[in-house]
Amino acid sequence: MSTLVLVEHDNQKMNEATRNTLAAAMELGGEPILLVAGHHCQSVAEQAARMSGVHAVWLIDHEHFEHQLAENLAELVVGSEASWEAILAPSTTFGKNVMPRIAAKMDVAQISDVSRIVEKDVFEHPVYAGNAIETVRVLDPVKVLTIRTTAFDPIVGEQEPCCIERMDKVVDPAGTRFVKQELSRSERPDLGSANIVVSGGRGLQSAEKFKLVEELADVLGAAVGASRAAVDAGFVPNDYQVGQTGKVVAPNLYIAVGISGAVQHLAGMKDSKVIVAINKDEDAPIFQIADYGLVGDLFELVPQLIALLKKN
Amino acid sequence: MKILVAVKRVIDPYVKIRVKADQTGVETQNVKMAMNPFDEIAVEEAICLKERGLASEIVVVSVGTDASQETLRHALALGADRAVLVRGEQSFRSLDIAKILQKIVEREQPQLILMGKQSIDGDNNQTPQMLAALLDWPQATYASGLTVEDGRIQVVREIDGGLETLAMPLPAVVSTDLRLNEPRYASLPNIMKSKRKPLDVIEFDSLGVTLKSHVEVISITSPPTRSGGSKLESVQDLLNKLQHEAKVL
Repeated sequence: MSTLVLVEHDNQKMNEATRNTLAAAMELGGEPILLVAGHHCQSVAEQAARMSGVHAVWLIDHEHFEHQLAENLAELVVGSEASWEAILAPSTTFGKNVMPRIAAKMDVAQISDVSRIVEKDVFEHPVYAGNAIETVRVLDPVKVLTIRTTAFDPIVGEQEPCCIERMDKVVDPAGTRFVKQELSRSERPDLGSANIVVSGGRGLQSAEKFKLVEELADVLGAAVGASRAAVDAGFVPNDYQVGQTGKVVAPNLYIAVGISGAVQHLAGMKDSKVIVAINKDEDAPIFQIADYGLVGDLFELVPQLIALLKKN
Repeated sequence: MKILVAVKRVIDPYVKIRVKADQTGVETQNVKMAMNPFDEIAVEEAICLKERGLASEIVVVSVGTDASQETLRHALALGADRAVLVRGEQSFRSLDIAKILQKIVEREQPQLILMGKQSIDGDNNQTPQMLAALLDWPQATYASGLTVEDGRIQVVREIDGGLETLAMPLPAVVSTDLRLNEPRYASLPNIMKSKRKPLDVIEFDSLGVTLKSHVEVISITSPPTRSGGSKLESVQDLLNKLQHEAKVL
């Protein structure tokens, strides 16, 4: 009985979320096997094989897997005929897309966004946008889980590369065809997995002035987020939105600039390790959950902060 | 083309939820309910496709108690043609709902199924993918753009770090993301008209679906509360705290 971890990658680099997912797999015990499905993705398998604790890497290198379509991946995993105790993937758009398909094909439940492993078959995960925690016992023989990566410290240790086993199973592409991908040109880290997030709200006043938030983010190597108010006012595009109907983030450091802290926004960031609030209204609700607060004009404080950070 | 849209009645997204003291769930008595926001986007997309002459009929379906009729009526007021309620008192999880919807799909034979990417109560983000798996149909999750042409669809998907476009044959399952459209409001005349549109109630027990118990819910608890920290005097203070106390920089 072993644990299968689906490796997310772009055929060249393993996504760092795999390290957190592996950490969760190690907590479950057993011998983790990592599945790298892609095309011209040998280097990904090599990276995966070096992570400490990995028992084996299964590599399938075929054009049908180039874009890791859910249809093909699910067929591959379900048809692997191994008796898995658990199948894990990170709770990214990749993992969330494919894992329920795998679970349904196996007629088992899938637990989303696991934030804690209590026992081998008991898991905690947030529901109601993080306003409640559900603890469930899985009764199925196979546990299909997506892992909230921010809840597990990544495996960073290295080992002598374990064995890479090539698979040659070909799965029919099921009619779905990849057309194109347009990745944001931004050099900034992805909002969902960034270590540091700097978010701006209505207090920024305009799209022009919002650039101040971006400048602070760049000095910190952070991702940029926004409150719904800032999105609705057109300062930034929708996909910047952090909150109940936007992205849920849990970085090490979250800096909220000019954000009052409405319940819907807090739902998306209150699991951050350290929260900093910069706001001129000292009664703003954001200060009730911020670890460190600065009361004052953000148009004075943020440039000061940027200047100090640049000096360091 | 016939479109099936699945909708769910959930606690209104602007209500602050309260966890029950006995840890069995959250308080739903006297709490404002609404259509799951992602499902509103799915309904809107179906209506837009019909308005562009690409869909002939829109059937909305919901699984739940009689109270879900209200959610279905709302969808009818927005522009859906017909509604189906699968009535059951028990609490259904994602895989159960996918199996129930599979039965409805067999009856209705839609070419396209639109669903919200997740419901804001369970936050599972599973049912569309599971339904696609059970039907063995292609899936396009997190759609922010959708075009239909010659029995195929092209879907722009929101993925981490950008957008991805997939093309697939119909029938297919599409789950909607926030950016797909801006849902309309129901006008008063349309609300009046919706009362006369057909709404079939099917008892869950009559569908012939056998469900298994896959999970046992042990508890629903409140997350640990954060207590606010300190307000600092200066930017220099903040930097010192972040570097030396919190050690996050």
